[in-house]
Amino acid sequence: MNKVVKGADVAVQDIPSGATIMLGGFGLCGIPENCIAALVRTGVDNLTCISNNAGVDDFGIGLLLQQKQVKKMISSYVGENAEFERQLLSGELEVELIPQGTLATRCMATGYGMPAVYLLAGVGTEVAEGKETRTFNGREYLLEHAFDSDFAIVKAWKGDTQGNLIFKDTARNFNPMMAMAGKITIAEVEELVPAGELDPNYIHVPGIYVHRIFQGQNYEKRIEQRTVRKA
Amino acid sequence: MALNKEQIAQRIARELEDGFYVNLGIGIPTLVANYIPEGVDVVLQSENGLLGMGPFPIEGEEDADLINAGKQTITTIPGSVFFDSAMSFGMIRAGKVDLTVLGAMEVADNGDIANWKIPNKMVKGMGGAMDLVAAAKNIIVAMQHTNKKGESKLLPKCTLPLTGIGCVKKVVSDLGVFDVTPDGFVCIEYAPGVTIEEIKAKTAGRLTISPDVKEIEL
Repeated sequence: MNKVVKGADVAVQDIPSGATIMLGGFGLCGIPENCIAALVRTGVDNLTCISNNAGVDDFGIGLLLQQKQVKKMISSYVGENAEFERQLLSGELEVELIPQGTLATRCMATGYGMPAVYLLAGVGTEVAEGKETRTFNGREYLLEHAFDSDFAIVKAWKGDTQGNLIFKDTARNFNPMMAMAGKITIAEVEELVPAGELDPNYIHVPGIYVHRIFQGQNYEKRIEQRTVRKA
Repeated sequence: MALNKEQIAQRIARELEDGFYVNLGIGIPTLVANYIPEGVDVVLQSENGLLGMGPFPIEGEEDADLINAGKQTITTIPGSVFFDSAMSFGMIRAGKVDLTVLGAMEVADNGDIANWKIPNKMVKGMGGAMDLVAAAKNIIVAMQHTNKKGESKLLPKCTLPLTGIGCVKKVVSDLGVFDVTPDGFVCIEYAPGVTIEEIKAKTAGRLTISPDVKEIEL
């Protein structure tokens, strides 16, 4: 059951224009840098990207936006990107904003094989418009659907040849649920090891969810807000 | 003198109780962590996937993989734990977080809150705010009492798109401390040097003054 592919270019080569792609990460933390760069190289466009954020102007999903490869973003918070704002205001880019927990849970529902879940977030707000509701224990909930995503691209800390994944620190964020939610899931990892080297007790995502895995290169891991204190 | 941002944070910190799990939003709420009272043990939750948020790292020890929900570099402390975003909002939704502190553009006297969108301005998104306000058991809002034009932000009804309905329990503004009750805002404390008349004049929503109203102690 060897899931290893040669690198990012091979991993993303069959992603067509018009595809719906989940991309893991929170801000610039835990984003699949290698695959984003490879998608810029393939030049596919009209992508629908499901990702909590949209990167910054010259990094992360911002690189895809620069090349006008994105048709639609489905995100919870997108503020850090001037080119994003320009495309949105000019009507070139479509944006669907959804609450962060709803985004995470809809990904989770997808990976758990649940077509929909009832959630509280957004009741009484414009997020609720057009959604089915149901009352449980006197409180109203919104029916939120699982995603239909052709591909999921995630970044992990360690992975093995069978596709088992371990994440590091808060770079975990959306990566596990998205890994579980793609029809085809691509994982790039900082360290790829032979099956058997990862302790089965400490694996976050079982390889059954992962279709392609490779060891990424030259991670920049840019910090968005560097905050420090004096020693 | 109206309270400054640090003093608002300092006052909110007095609401923390031993054993609380607390989520602090971006802005003034983040400052609350600097004033946790002696002997009160609280665990800070960061909704990007961390319980047990420590202080900023010492210069040179920043780690791009370790950030808070404001995307700032942070540290862990003994007992910290990482988890994914679904579990993070799961614990929020299930009512495990005891207190949420966040900022607001407007609060209504029925506890409605608006803090994510201004029509005809660039919309950045709600992030986790809608999930937090919908589920948290106790929500305290840290805010300026009036906007830059001097207009009240404590209103009979929010004019901006809502983040959540009927959820705010308490407001700490630069002018005072207000419980949100079925009868509207109840002023329970006022900032040093601020008069009740000023608070009444600057509060557009239903307001009553508690018979036990007193000056804020910092």
